Amino acid sequence: MSWLEQLKRSLVIARKDVWIYYAKGPVMVFGLIFPLFLLMAFTIGRNMTVRDLFPGLMGMAIFFTSTAVGPAILPWEARSRTLERLVTAPVEVWALLLGDVFASFVFGILISLIPLAVAVVMGVEVIHVVVFVLGMLLATFCFASLSILLSVYPPTDVPATVMMLSSLVRFPLVFISGVFVPVDELPGWGRAISSVSPLTYFVDLARYSISGISYYSAPVDLAVMTVFAAVFLLAAVKLHERFLPQRFS
Amino acid sequence: MDAIQVKDLTKRFRSFTAVDHISFSVVEGEIFGFLGPNGSGKSTTIRMLTGIVKPDEGTAAIMDHDISRDPIRARESIGFVPEMANAYVELTAWRNLMLMGELYGVPRREREERAGDLLRRFGLYERRDDQVRGFSKGMRQRLLLCMSLINDPPVLILDEPASGLDVESSRLIKDVIRDLNRAGTTVFLTTHNIEDASQLCDRVAIINQGRIIAVDRPEALRRMGGGLHCIELNFSGSVSENELSGFTCVREVRRSGDKLRLYVDDIDMAIGCIADYSRAHDLRILTLNTLAPSLEDIFVRLTTGVESDELAGAA
Ligand SMILES: Nc1ncnc2c1ncn2[C@@H]1O[C@H](COP(=O)(O)OP(=O)(O)O)[C@@H](O)[C@H]1O
Ligand SMILES: [Mg+2]
Repeated sequence: MSWLEQLKRSLVIARKDVWIYYAKGPVMVFGLIFPLFLLMAFTIGRNMTVRDLFPGLMGMAIFFTSTAVGPAILPWEARSRTLERLVTAPVEVWALLLGDVFASFVFGILISLIPLAVAVVMGVEVIHVVVFVLGMLLATFCFASLSILLSVYPPTDVPATVMMLSSLVRFPLVFISGVFVPVDELPGWGRAISSVSPLTYFVDLARYSISGISYYSAPVDLAVMTVFAAVFLLAAVKLHERFLPQRFS
Repeated sequence: MDAIQVKDLTKRFRSFTAVDHISFSVVEGEIFGFLGPNGSGKSTTIRMLTGIVKPDEGTAAIMDHDISRDPIRARESIGFVPEMANAYVELTAWRNLMLMGELYGVPRREREERAGDLLRRFGLYERRDDQVRGFSKGMRQRLLLCMSLINDPPVLILDEPASGLDVESSRLIKDVIRDLNRAGTTVFLTTHNIEDASQLCDRVAIINQGRIIAVDRPEALRRMGGGLHCIELNFSGSVSENELSGFTCVREVRRSGDKLRLYVDDIDMAIGCIADYSRAHDLRILTLNTLAPSLEDIFVRLTTGVESDELAGAA
């Protein structure tokens, strides 16, 4: 079985996810409202320009949208009793999970285009367009991979459990990522903590894209996000392979 | 060639052995049944064949593709309906079928043509553009069968395909299984229903507590019960099952509705005992029938045999 054929099947799975999980009304509404809500929460009553807020806001928008549904997909399938049929199809575990990652990726990109457009209309100028686009694609893929990793344990069929546990990871991660304060203004320990979050590197890169200023250099940001994405994806495949059987009993 | 070949397959959940060194083979072209009570290890065996449960010991191959070394090939040669599964209720019947066809790499033209044929055959064609959400349990099970056939598999694996369905769906499903088999598809199914097994299967393996205790044609299994007979009766008053099963000529007593079933070796002797018993207790026999040994009787005999052997071993 060629990996190309498997890749094709993961696209089939991604399309299925989009139909079923993302096309649901509440998810779309959440995706649309949430970034706008963030924008307002951060601009109203604060003496900061949209340009100052842009890196952090884009980071949050991408991070929250691309990790919004991913963790719940497998528990949902287990609960609705569609999982056994799906995983016994001639699809490798990596292809199946990659399908779920693609679905989260598409959702993250599409929704994040909205705050991006708003920011551009409000006068934010992206100088390094290619770097920014690359970073946005990479970051979204990286976070989408993380979202699938978050559903590994416990191998439950209760989506709410996974969503709660994944929030325990997602929210702290945002707070340590230099979203509110640029990395170079953080104390030494803050910088050390922020370096374990992949979001830090996207925010840094976004800052570079609009101002040319960054803490790490753009190639470092891109490289680190690539490494994070690879680690998340590999860990997700290995761990899901191990825990998947426990979803059936 | 054997369509399915299983050797010493074993699965433990912690210290509990759910499937215990099972070996059997399903010959190409036959309908092979796994018959056993709930919890006997049927679904676990199937899950090892479909590759979602890793065996602790043993090997298995489907159409000569080893399930551990070549799981994708093995899966491509089967159609599978899990126990208590569901199609995607948010999608239409048609989309569910297309999705499954694509996952099996069936070319577009082929899967559309086959989907149409299958839906017609299972009486779902008119409903193909409806969301599965509105389907009854029987319709959903029929759709799952359509989905399992979209890749035109040489082997069909069905976990309790007809249990808990309305009569019409159940009959339709059994008819289609027989038709498919006549056209060359090998079928491996599980059931806890003896009638289903004897109606459908060419051969039946009786499985209990993770072990196969007999494999044969349904009639041969019936014959195995040769010495065993069943007397069904009821009395005018209440009787103690313990006292009845205490008689040496009675192997086993079961309650069946308002009647009692006594499994006995010698009808003549047993009826004598029963008559003496009812006179001694001032009871009247209201009805008494002798039943030819059914597969169920054989089953009772075989499975209780295993238990009493074990008890003897433990004592
Ligand atoms: N994932 C699991 N973890 C622990 N025990 C299990 C698991 N799956 C099945 N079992 C146990 O294995 C035994 C056999 O189950 P199963 O194969 O589903 O039986 P059947 O299909 O014949 O009803 C049961 O006692 C069941 O409780
Ligand atoms: Mg079962």
